[in-house]
Amino acid sequence: MSTTTETETRAVVRPGDRVFRGISSISAIVIVSTLAGVAIFLTAEGVPGMTASADQVKSGETFLRYVTPLVFGTLWAAVIALAIATPVSIGVALFISHVAPRRLAQPIGYVIDLLAAVPSVVYGSWGILTLSSSIQPLYVWLERNLGFLPFFAGPASATGRTILTAAVVLAIMVLPIMTAICREIFLQTPRLHEEAALALGATRWEMITMAVLPYARSGIVSAAMLALGRALGETMAVAMVLSASGVISVNLISSTNPSTIAANIALSFPEASGLDVSVLIGTGLVLFAITFAVNVAARALVARHREFSGAN
Amino acid sequence: MATSIDVSDLNIYYDDFLAVEGVNISIPARAVTAFIGPSGCGKSTFLRSLNRMHEAIRGARVEGKVLVDGEDLYGRGIDPVDVRRRIGMVFQRPNPFPTMSIAQNVLAGRRLNGERLKKAEADAVVEQALRRAGLWAEVKDRLDRPGSSLSGGQQQRLCIARAIAVEPDVLLMDEPCSALDPISTSVIEDLIHELKAEYTIVIVTHNMQQAARVSDQTAFFNLAGVGRPGRLVELGPTEKMFANPDDPATEAYIQGRFG
Repeated sequence: MSTTTETETRAVVRPGDRVFRGISSISAIVIVSTLAGVAIFLTAEGVPGMTASADQVKSGETFLRYVTPLVFGTLWAAVIALAIATPVSIGVALFISHVAPRRLAQPIGYVIDLLAAVPSVVYGSWGILTLSSSIQPLYVWLERNLGFLPFFAGPASATGRTILTAAVVLAIMVLPIMTAICREIFLQTPRLHEEAALALGATRWEMITMAVLPYARSGIVSAAMLALGRALGETMAVAMVLSASGVISVNLISSTNPSTIAANIALSFPEASGLDVSVLIGTGLVLFAITFAVNVAARALVARHREFSGAN
Repeated sequence: MATSIDVSDLNIYYDDFLAVEGVNISIPARAVTAFIGPSGCGKSTFLRSLNRMHEAIRGARVEGKVLVDGEDLYGRGIDPVDVRRRIGMVFQRPNPFPTMSIAQNVLAGRRLNGERLKKAEADAVVEQALRRAGLWAEVKDRLDRPGSSLSGGQQQRLCIARAIAVEPDVLLMDEPCSALDPISTSVIEDLIHELKAEYTIVIVTHNMQQAARVSDQTAFFNLAGVGRPGRLVELGPTEKMFANPDDPATEAYIQGRFG
């Protein structure tokens, strides 16, 4: 920082600072090396499977052909889940932070936080036992009335265990974390900006669109990315709910659905051996890369609006 | 556009706490009225009750009447949103919207009124408001830059431009210069002099010289006692208030003997 002159003595280092510096440096190193370790493991174990020829593995396909439907299914399910969860969590968070009376807002906040503590197996069971059967008539209706859209081309699944059902379960699972983050960010909107909007004659909703949402934009993106990360990697709920058949299809309601990488690993791993394990780990590496790419993209998106972010 | 405000027997509460008691004041059109008084005496609270901004705080309510051109602001069926569109406000700390450009900031209030402005009209509104706020020359080449890229004094003038772009009748200023340096302060004071030709201006200030410089009439607020509500002690033409006030408390405050 400062330019040192020869007459200046060395800066005094307090033991507390040194300890703090040590602890925080170690933490940083641990997390980075863990990440590096995971990447190295995935690469080392996955590459033999990724380079294996079609007749060496059980699936009878090259790695690229094997993984492509899984990548599609992973992204497709996560994107649908996010499309459902984002507006709902922003709405709930706004309700808690700016609309509901305090007496109501706090219990709702607690309930939402509680949802995050429910294990994914429970969501999966609920998805199979309750959601899929009760949502199935809707799929029939969608096929009949909106069948001209490729998403609802049908034929409607008889069990309701479709990618849309899985995405709904995923959406409910990512809702708490997204809502909690959005709520915190909305609550941090500077009072000055809210008052500026109100003093110009903004209604409550206009105040929210003028002062709260723009200020929270980068935080909403971060919340969505965290949620996307969870949706991409969620295993149990998808593995339980989805009846997968390894196709690439945007059809949301039929009984032939793409699987996701994580669910496929969980379902195939117990019966896999040798090179097949390697193939599965290779798909894990692909998932790792996707998650990484999504995060980089999100950072870039936030950084593009830095000047107008309210952080300066 | 000549709007006067008549306040009678106004009590302001936060929940059950009486913050300001029994204010009777008449604020003339096209003049500057200054509110002075020690911190916590309720002058800002009273100012905010003039455009119902204090309602943004939970539990705040009033009793009494605030007549703007004969119409009661707190009458049945009066929407605070409409009140605030007619009675603009400038705050203690400059608060341009950080996510908007300079031009968007000026237009923020206009867009609220549901107006669809054509590009040329919008440009005209921006230029006129910024000219009236004395900021045009400094920012005309960077209207698309964020409002937060300006200096504090410029930001405050941007906020004034934003407030007058909606063409209110009254402009309330809550210590508009307290976060600014003396040069920016003097620029804003000159601006207040110019704006009073068109607007009714009410300004809260802790700066006695400022009250003396900019206002035509001065109101002195004080607490009735420790833990008692604030009240209006004395109201009069600024010259008289500073030279020869009626109330000894006013004289003591103005001469800096307390507060």
